[in-house]
Amino acid sequence: MDPERKKVVERVAVSTFPDEVLERVLVQLKSHKDRSSVSLVCHSWYDAERFSRTHVFIANCYSVTPEIVSRRFPNIRSVSLKGKPRFSDFNLVPPNWGANIRSWLVMFAAKYPFLEELRLKRMTVTDESLEFLALSFPNFKALSLFSCDGFSTDGLAAIATHCKNLAELDIQENDLNDKSGSWLSCFPENFSSLEVLNFANLSNDVNFEALERLVSRCKSLKVLKVNRNITLEQLPRLLIRAPLLTELGTGSFLQEHPACQYSELENAFNKCMNLNTLSGLSEVTALSLPALYPACANLTFMNLSCAALQSGEFAKLLVHCPCLRRLWVLDTVEDKGLEAVGSNCPLLEELRVFPTDPFDEDTFHGVTESGFIAVSYGCRRLSYVLYFCRQMTNAAVATIVQNCPDFTHFRLCIMNPWQPDYQTNEPMDEAFCAVVKSCTKLQRLAVSGLLTDLTFEYIGKYAKNLETLSVAFAGSSDWGMQCVLGGCPKLRKLEIRDCPFGNAALLSGLDKYESMRSLWMSDCKVTMNGCRVLAKEMPRLNVEVIKVDGSNESQADKVYVYRSVAGPRRDAPPFVLTL
Amino acid sequence: MEKSVNYGGHHDDLNLEATKLRLGLPGIISSDIGYEKQSSSASTVVVVRNNKRASPVGIMTQESSSKSHSNVSDARNGDPNSHHQPPAKAQVVGWPPIRSFRRNSFQQKKTDQGDGAGMYVKVSMDGAPYLRKVDLKVYKSYPELLTALENMFKFTIGEYSEREGYNRSEYAPTYEDKDGDWMLVGDVPWDMFIFSCKRLRIMKGSEARGLGCL
Repeated sequence: MDPERKKVVERVAVSTFPDEVLERVLVQLKSHKDRSSVSLVCHSWYDAERFSRTHVFIANCYSVTPEIVSRRFPNIRSVSLKGKPRFSDFNLVPPNWGANIRSWLVMFAAKYPFLEELRLKRMTVTDESLEFLALSFPNFKALSLFSCDGFSTDGLAAIATHCKNLAELDIQENDLNDKSGSWLSCFPENFSSLEVLNFANLSNDVNFEALERLVSRCKSLKVLKVNRNITLEQLPRLLIRAPLLTELGTGSFLQEHPACQYSELENAFNKCMNLNTLSGLSEVTALSLPALYPACANLTFMNLSCAALQSGEFAKLLVHCPCLRRLWVLDTVEDKGLEAVGSNCPLLEELRVFPTDPFDEDTFHGVTESGFIAVSYGCRRLSYVLYFCRQMTNAAVATIVQNCPDFTHFRLCIMNPWQPDYQTNEPMDEAFCAVVKSCTKLQRLAVSGLLTDLTFEYIGKYAKNLETLSVAFAGSSDWGMQCVLGGCPKLRKLEIRDCPFGNAALLSGLDKYESMRSLWMSDCKVTMNGCRVLAKEMPRLNVEVIKVDGSNESQADKVYVYRSVAGPRRDAPPFVLTL
Repeated sequence: MEKSVNYGGHHDDLNLEATKLRLGLPGIISSDIGYEKQSSSASTVVVVRNNKRASPVGIMTQESSSKSHSNVSDARNGDPNSHHQPPAKAQVVGWPPIRSFRRNSFQQKKTDQGDGAGMYVKVSMDGAPYLRKVDLKVYKSYPELLTALENMFKFTIGEYSEREGYNRSEYAPTYEDKDGDWMLVGDVPWDMFIFSCKRLRIMKGSEARGLGCL
């Protein structure tokens, strides 16, 4: 075909491409990044995309209004919303800051009556909201609340009572008012649709018989995570009624009557053929642990962060878990335990080591750099690490990232602020230089230890894929932060506390903040005037200062900057000043 | 149910702050160790002191948060090798960055490692004919424990204040710590208390007043 004719044919083809077909194709697209790209192609693709979208992920609830969302996406069935800045998890954000789900629910009830799923992270949710939710959406299937606050178990009772089609109830790590366990008994006797139930972090007793009956009639139950009040004697009675379980969170693993129940437990675990995820195990001892072994063969994720295991019994357990990809442990396993990880888990991709005694600096315990090194030699596929320790060296980190260059998430927390390399007494700059140089795919980085501006020069220079950076007690001057803002092209979230970065640093990012999700700076050297300048220059950013009682008038104690098409917040409490 | 009162000091008329049971020295907002989760009109550094220890170098309080900044910059401006030495036993709000549900389960861990099935300590009361035992693990905070003691021995304790201890009541709850010293119940954060408490003694007023004045 001659080129001229070909061009005409192509032009005609694109313009007569029916929207309905395009929508059918686009429905297959799940990733919101892909969808964003699609929507930017042209107007008809923008429209086709917005009609075909069923799930919307809003990473900052104040970046957009419910009205804007509902106008653009008329057919949403599933919503994920995140609210407060991440440092609120560590009590750096005062209570009643905001991120209340209420106004969103009101919009959903009006525009998305067929809403099925709601997943919230760091939002404030009241009991009234939960009841409203339970009553407003007849098709509601999945509720996930992670690190939220403002509600009590009464709200959960409303959900259990009214959501006839509920398949997922996932209540994780929330600051809720745990009044009683009676909410579980609110599931009607004919209710059987549950597939996911997680109440591991609730502290009151639920009625065990009610739980047993619930598990029995929910034939599709795949995920069950109970709280620590469920005993080891009770566990087998649940397990035999849930043969399809893929994820199990046990209650207490303390054996009260050694002889009689062990075989029952072992039998129950023998039948757990499909388990890929295991958690819980509070109060576990060396005696009760072996009962688990039969169920460990196919485990890919083991969360032992509530189980104070010692290195010996931990090592014995690991022998039975060759397929582990993700492992969370407490530092009671110590370096020896981590050596066992290196020896037994070649497929490991993610390791998180949590501290048992974060506030006790006196007695030495926990893990050191040698444990981390041992893991890096044995687990070359390691790509995600969260490591709490009290000592580290530059050389150790250099070895680690040489062994494991595929890190995408590197979060090292040396728990004593400003701590240098304990062998050389030098800053830890070279450690993070090694990380950003070797790990070209690095997306998320958390730094710690004694750090000068040099660390941030390295980060700005080498961390070309970095999206999230967390900094505490680090840096020497504005220059450090300027390097990061000037250098990391993909930076989306920057959270900083207790660093000597001031107005010059803050304002050097003028051109950057609109391409970022948010910036948090607390207890740095930024002043109110600096924030006012930022707010004036960049009207499409929300520049918010949280004032702390008793601080200097001119100091901007906590600064939260984020892009928004919603304009300034209308629900800000008195201690949040929008500039 | 809307949770929590705004402790940001904007509702001063009720003066709730002054009557609130708090831990630590006057003028300091206690850190997020476990007793007071949401008290985050935060300072950079809060000192958690054990009454019997010598005062640590460089106490930083909320009022002097600008001072704490200069401490940070001192470390930077000076010789890079003379890194900033945090005061002994200082606690920083929100550091290490561990979520509260994990922090609250730490006390569980520690006690489990020790005793497995409970953290029982003997309780004696001046004038009572025999001792009792309580399981510290069962309680999540000082008010819960004190109420339980009041019920057990049929007496009232009254208000705790940092300055005067339990001076307004006839009795004062005290405990023997790991080092063998007798301490006033309520001075240290709850998590720290249950690790270090070996036994409890409810002291009669006059004797207790001596302790409260330390």
